[in-house]
Amino acid sequence: MNAPRPLAAGETLAETSFAVPSIRCAGCISKLEDGLPLNPGIAGARVNFTAKRVTVIHDPSLDMPHLREAFQKLGFEAQPVDAAVAGDDSESRALLRAMAVAGFAAMNIMLLSVSIWSGAEGTTRELFHWLSALIALPTIAYSARVFFKSAWNALRNRRTNMDVPISIGVLLTAGMSLYETATGGPHAYFDGAVMLLFFLLTGRWLDSVMRDRARDGVAALLKQAATGALVLKKDGSTEWRAAQDLAPNMWMIVAAGERLAADGVVEQGTTTFDFSLLTGESAPQPIGPGDTVHAGTLNVGAPVTVRVMRAGPDTALADIARMMDTATQSRSRYVRIADRAARLYAPAVHTLAALSFVGWMLLGAGLHQSLLVAAAVLIITCPCALGLAVPAAQIVAVGALMREGVLVKDGSALERLAEADRAVFDKTGTLTLGRPEPIDLDELGAEQKSVLLGLARASRHPLSQALRRCLEQQGISAEQVSDIIEVPGFGLTGNTACGIASISRADGDKGTELACSFRLGDLPPAIIRFRDRLRPEAAATLSALNAFGLESSILSGDRAQAVTPIAAELGVPARTDLTPGGKLDAIKQLAGQGAKVLMIGDGLNDGPALAAGHVSMAPASASDAGQNAADAVWMGDSLAPVGKAIKAGRRTMHVVRQNFAFAIGYNAIAVPLAIMGRVTPLIAALAMSGSSIIVIGNALRLRSAAR
Amino acid sequence: MNGVLLLIAIALLLGLFGLAAFFWALRSGQFDDLDGAALRVLIDEEQKKRADP
Repeated sequence: MNAPRPLAAGETLAETSFAVPSIRCAGCISKLEDGLPLNPGIAGARVNFTAKRVTVIHDPSLDMPHLREAFQKLGFEAQPVDAAVAGDDSESRALLRAMAVAGFAAMNIMLLSVSIWSGAEGTTRELFHWLSALIALPTIAYSARVFFKSAWNALRNRRTNMDVPISIGVLLTAGMSLYETATGGPHAYFDGAVMLLFFLLTGRWLDSVMRDRARDGVAALLKQAATGALVLKKDGSTEWRAAQDLAPNMWMIVAAGERLAADGVVEQGTTTFDFSLLTGESAPQPIGPGDTVHAGTLNVGAPVTVRVMRAGPDTALADIARMMDTATQSRSRYVRIADRAARLYAPAVHTLAALSFVGWMLLGAGLHQSLLVAAAVLIITCPCALGLAVPAAQIVAVGALMREGVLVKDGSALERLAEADRAVFDKTGTLTLGRPEPIDLDELGAEQKSVLLGLARASRHPLSQALRRCLEQQGISAEQVSDIIEVPGFGLTGNTACGIASISRADGDKGTELACSFRLGDLPPAIIRFRDRLRPEAAATLSALNAFGLESSILSGDRAQAVTPIAAELGVPARTDLTPGGKLDAIKQLAGQGAKVLMIGDGLNDGPALAAGHVSMAPASASDAGQNAADAVWMGDSLAPVGKAIKAGRRTMHVVRQNFAFAIGYNAIAVPLAIMGRVTPLIAALAMSGSSIIVIGNALRLRSAAR
Repeated sequence: MNGVLLLIAIALLLGLFGLAAFFWALRSGQFDDLDGAALRVLIDEEQKKRADP
């Protein structure tokens, strides 16, 4: 069932991966896998539902627009996925294999140990000890490599981490147990050592899976709309070129609704451009021949021809990218709570084990007995609860947030979310939806609405798309419209039962507002204006943040007269007309005052600020740069997930602290026993599994953390 | 005693067999798309045959 479908033999086929976020059900899977191969040149398609990705096996001569068109014909929006972004999950795989081996070994050794605990003696016990050694030693050699490697790296740099006591503990225990087995002694701790490995590897694997899943989720959202452009060649033919293959003086044809792939100068055509991702300016600007346009901006008017001036690393985007790189460095200095705990814990454990060894030697117990006690102390104090407590709590919380539509990139983001004490919002696209929404629709009659929908859905123009979205949300059913003609830059006309219908550019000057005029038969033309609205629940979210003790403010690149009404409506202070560098400075200034800033933004201009914030969030509608810089990405129009993420982060840290408290309490009881030499393999096994299960159980309470 | 030896050998071999089966499943991509596998049982095979002859 999971095998790829057979291919046409003989020819060499290309493979391209697409992110298709709208795959939702079994129907979508069969529709794509059966429908795509019906296109000439496509040999097969394979859906990965978990990653929301489709791998298309096709004729290499088929180019990107054709492939995307094949998806569009089936009603899916598809974006090509960069192999680099898609990433690989080999680390999780390796951990899973190590964990499987450790689990298998732990079960079988436990099987043998139970019979020893229940009284097997003499040759039987010896035989069982040897069998245990036979299983345990290869397992340790295979599964514990992760810990050995990391411990060795730490020691070489004269540091210590959690893996150092783990490695010493496992090696010492295995060595002592082997000696016991060879001399026919009563106590071998193979079960304890392997079980320890199993629990710790489970923790590591959970941590790694969480990062993979979030990374896949974010990769699926990346729009990459500007990964290429339709290039007009000298002989008049056109060719699709990837962004890195664009060179100065090429001519690009930029359709309405397309993002630019390179900086350039408009040669032909007049249109309006949406610069909001680059500058935060909400109102689209009129652009004509001779005007400069930048990569990443959106053409919302008519198709234009643009001559490339600068491409790739020379574009205006590159400056922002450089600023982001330097800003990220401050965040990489953040130390996760588990590592902070390890810094205190590891030396304490080492000292304790060494002291008990020396103590028993001074009491005259002999080398063998003293080493056995030291090994028992290391095994008992081994950070099972610590190694499992944090990743278990974080993965449960991240899963809960994912169900609520928030993708958190890693566990440290959750920790930093809990610490945030200031919230800074961008305006365009973050507090507002960042797309035009029709505001005069209610003045139209029911019949006008359904004709409008029939007409608007035939066009890919951003305003038509906005009309379609809004009308479909109202539950309007579309009227049949025939003979639709679209004149780029002017509008649409079509025939209906009630006469000729048309949507055209509104000629009356309404300031900088977008508007269009709708005409149906003999009825007077209706002017439909568009405005960027506040996100739903924006005010509620800001007051929720306030209740959590986060003071909010707005940093916007837009002009003051566009920001002031929104700042007044939400009752928060705002700074306006900021460049990307200005936003970065504002964040740094706040951080300098000791604030832990939660930056929420979407545009390219927010990129440096997002990277500099203590923690950052971006909506799924954000630019790729914004999503890459943000620690968490949320889906949907509502702003409420921001509040939910803060709440979930705080609850997670609460549970993590509880787990730490539990681990300390457990050690306070078990360590004296170990030092007294009272810990038998049975007690070690019970204590270890018991504490791990309690810690995981406590973490599972976070399943409703995001609600 | 001989019976125990035989049983232990069988138990270990069965365990190893399970481990090998898990490794094989992992390698052949059965864990790549867990959510998708759950949905694929709902796809109607009949309909599929008609769709691609």
